[in-house]
Formats: sequence, structure tokens, C-alpha cells
Amino acid sequence: MTRSPLARAAGAFLANPAALAGLLIFVLMLAAQGLGPMLYGVDPLDIAAPPLSPPDGDTPFGTDYLGRDILAAVLVGGRATMLVGLTAAVLSVSIGTTIGALAGYIGGRADALLMRITEFFQVLPALLFAMVVVMLFRPSLGTVALSIGVVSWTGTARLARAEFMRLKGLEFIEAARAEGATDARIIFRVILPNGMAPLIVSATLAFGGAMLFEGGLSFLGLGDPNVISWGLMIGQNRSYLLDAWWTVTFPGLALFVTVLSIALIGDGINDALDPRSINH
Amino acid sequence: MNAAIWTVRRLLHGAGLIVAVLVLNFILVHLAPGDPADVIAGEMGGASETVMADIRAAYGLDRSVPEQLARYLGHVLTGDLGFSFYFNRPVTALVFDRMGATALLVMSAIVTALVLGTWLGVVAARRPRGLAAQLVAVFSVAGFAAPVFWTGMMFLLAFASYWPIFPVSGMADVGYPRHGLAYALDVAHHLVLPSLTLAMIYMAQYSRQARAGMLAALSADYIRTARAKGLTEPRVVWRHALRNALIPVITIAGLQFGQVLAGAVLVETVYSWPGLGRLAYESILRRDSPTLLGVLLGSAVMVILANLLTDAAYRLADPRLRGTS
Repeated sequence: MTRSPLARAAGAFLANPAALAGLLIFVLMLAAQGLGPMLYGVDPLDIAAPPLSPPDGDTPFGTDYLGRDILAAVLVGGRATMLVGLTAAVLSVSIGTTIGALAGYIGGRADALLMRITEFFQVLPALLFAMVVVMLFRPSLGTVALSIGVVSWTGTARLARAEFMRLKGLEFIEAARAEGATDARIIFRVILPNGMAPLIVSATLAFGGAMLFEGGLSFLGLGDPNVISWGLMIGQNRSYLLDAWWTVTFPGLALFVTVLSIALIGDGINDALDPRSINH
Repeated sequence: MNAAIWTVRRLLHGAGLIVAVLVLNFILVHLAPGDPADVIAGEMGGASETVMADIRAAYGLDRSVPEQLARYLGHVLTGDLGFSFYFNRPVTALVFDRMGATALLVMSAIVTALVLGTWLGVVAARRPRGLAAQLVAVFSVAGFAAPVFWTGMMFLLAFASYWPIFPVSGMADVGYPRHGLAYALDVAHHLVLPSLTLAMIYMAQYSRQARAGMLAALSADYIRTARAKGLTEPRVVWRHALRNALIPVITIAGLQFGQVLAGAVLVETVYSWPGLGRLAYESILRRDSPTLLGVLLGSAVMVILANLLTDAAYRLADPRLRGTS
């Protein structure tokens, strides 16, 4: 029986233990953020114990410099990170794909111009640029997501450009054009679905990368100051690192494990969509 | 194309990019809510309308936008990036002071990542089921996923607190004369943890790349020829195969200079390394935007220079490139 390419890819993905582990961890982290605060029932802003209490039965992850329960904060601190990461990744992949697709499809002068713009954004150190934007426009989840999305699309653009250049000369594109398809139709309905595989992998990695980026900005004090996030927790507690390892270790571990699970999923999708791996 | 024309073209190209960064800086500051006169008035503790108008006139804020842009570009081209009230020094001097420390950190991290990453990649390629191969597999995912500021703090806990073999922060101990061998060794001692932290991210990528390149090179015809000539295995691997396997690794390393620089911002903050990143962090705490913009410009210049040097190194290394643009 022949299976559809999608079913075949899904099968390959599920047969890959590392990818499956990644998916499982990611779902667990999502569930922890969704249900965790309800099940644990401690307000992350309440004073739970003396400041900098080490982990024990009452406060499994210890308390921070103000005596707030760290586990409670870890259980809500991923929401902002995941939300900002997802928004920024969608933005970055949309910008990157559009610019790369236009450059690769049209070619010539438009290509040269768009690649100049891409090169410019590559030269600009992304984190510093995002820092300037957030500082000038006041930190909020929106400005943070926007600034990350705007600086991190160059890799996707190069990838999309290469895919479009490769695909536009192929016969089935000629066939679509002979049928009278418009350029927009050829770009979005004919080429894009065929060039999707590397872009999906790139989108997954963009999601993980944007979460780390958000973590870095919050760590530097440039996240939304009114929203608990893993990066903010690490930044606020960093002066107490050597006296109270738990204040920094657990929020960072949560961010690390979440991004790790996304990276494993990305690798799994990559292997599953790779035509060379289909016959194995 | 001859070397002189090539150099001039690349320099002009770099200058164009720098002007683009400047224009972007200017646009951002203009789009931001509140004009500099509000900020100055705020620092003075309030000002009347006439004083505000005076401030606007003194800073040229009453002129047209193109005029202001021209003024701004003129200032920057004469080396004037504004004045930092917090540090009480011109921004240009601040940025120049801190560039060296950042360059040292970034270069040492790139070299460490290249050497260790390549070595891991080669060993992994030679024994695909060995320990190094497993390490590369784990490393290439973990290195991507670990937040660099957190890795740095974990290193501090392990190697500065639990086993106190490295210093916690700074670039040198106080008390040493700032020259001579003792000072150099002291700086090197302070450099180990920051540079290793920063290298971790890229080591992962380079080891993966080196492994792939090495696997391809080892199955190439010229390697069979080299073996057939009776060369020893280490010579075949490290001299003949590695040279070709390294090309993609170096390409990536050259392109990533900007990213490494961004990572350095976080690493410098964790280790209080007195470079541009630390300066950026301090300027955020004080809402000192001229300094932050100066750091952005300074680091963009560093990236452009690094790309130029990489391109030049390519032309020297690969004679085929000299014929083309």
C-alpha cells in the first residue's frame, strides 16, 4: 500500500526516539505552564518563606531574594517566553520567506536589492539592535516580539531564496505558467508547498531561537517588567547566584529543557522530511 | 580583478553599510516616543516652554528632518557620537575603550570553538559509533538550546564557587601593574570561563559541520590516492582531508561574527567583562541611549571589518576566487 508523503513523514518522525522524546517533553512543559499553577496552587508573587530559602518540602525549588516561591514562578514564567517566541518566530519566518521568495523568484535587480537588505540585517548585531528598539519604545511583550522578529529573519530569507531559485526552473513550474497561472499563484500555490520542508525545519529552530532571544532580553531587564518570565527571574536573582544557586538554576533549566525539546522536534522533522531517509 | 580595485570596492561597500546603520539609528530615535528635549528637561527637573524651545534650538531639533539627519551624519563622521551624561565622557571614547576587551573575548571564543569543534568533529567522523560521535550528537543539540547567560552562571557555580579555580568576574585582579607577563597571564586566567561559555554555542555547530565535511572528504578520491601513496593515517586525516573539510566550517565562522558579538553581550554581563556588551548593559540600566546607539554602531563596524578580513583571507587561500568578484 502506498502512503501519502505526509503520513510517511509522520511515521518516520514517530519512529525516531529522540524526536518522540522531544515532542513528549514539549507537551509536558506546555501542560506544566497550563495546568501547573492550578495544581500547585501557590501564588508566584506571594511571600512564601524567608528570602533565599534553599529547596525543601515546602518550597521544592526554594525561594528568591524576596522570599517568593520559585517553583510557582517557574510554572508561569514560560508563558511569556513561549508566546513571545511563537509570535517572533511567525513574524521572522513570514518576513524571511516573503523576501527570500521574491528575491529567488524575480531574480535580477530585485534579487540584488533584497539581498543587500538581507546583508544589512546580517551585519547588524541582532541582540544589540533589539536592545535599542526595546529601550527606545518601552518594553512590552509586543515590542519584544516585534524586535526579535524583525532582526532574525535573514537565515530563513537565504534558505527560501535558494529553494525558489532551485524550483523555479523546473518543468512543473513551466507547466503551471503555460496553464496561465499568475505569479502570485505560482509563488504561493506551486513553489511554496514544494519548498516547504526546509522552511518548516527553519521555523521550528526559529521558535527555539526566539525563546532564547526573549530570555536574553528579559535577563538584561528589557522584557515586560510586569510579566514573570524565566529570563526575568534569572536577571533579578543573578546577584545572589553564589549564595543561592537554586534561584537561577531552575528557571534556566526550564528554558534549556523547553528549547532542547523544540530542537529535538526540529531535528526529527528534518530527518522525517529528508527524501534520502524515506527508503530506510 | 586586481587586488587594489577589489579592496577599494569592498571598503566602499563597508562604508555604505555603516551609513545605512547610521540612518537606521537616526530613524529609530526619531520614531521613539518623546524627543531628546523632554529627556533633558526631565533630568533638569522640569522646564518652561521657552527653556524647552531653547533646548530644541541648541540641539537643532527645530530644523527639518533631512537637515537633522545631515547634522547627525556630519557629527558621526567627525568622530562625535554624542556625550554620555552617566559616564561623563564622550561616547566615542567609551566605545573605543571597550572594543579591545570585546575583540579579545570574541576572537578567543571563535578560535576555541573552531579548534575544539573541529577536533571533536574529526574524531567523530573517524569512529562513527565512538564516544566522540555520541558527544557531537548530544552537543550539537544541547549547545543550541542552552541559554548562554545561564550556561555562564552554571560555569560560575562549578568552576568559581564549588571548585574555585577561576575568578568570578572582571578582566584582571586589582593591584597588578597593567603590563608585562604577569598581567597577560592574569587576563588569560580571567578569560577562560567567559570565552569557554561563548565558545560552547558555536563548538556545537562547528563539530557537526566538521564531522559532515570530514565524512565527505574521507570518501573522496584524493584521499584514496594519498593512502595509496603510503602516507600515514594521521597525515592523511589531519593534513589532506581536514584542509578540505575545514572550508565550510570557516565560511560559517566568518558569517557568524555578528552573532558571536551578540552572545558576547550576555556573557560580558554575566562575568562583568569590561567590553562593549557590558557597556550596553550599563547604558540600559541608566537609560543612556547615546551610549547604547554608540555600542550598536561600534559593533556593526567590528562585524563589517571581520567580514572584510574573512573575504580577504579567502582570496589569499583560494586562488580561484581572484578571477571573480
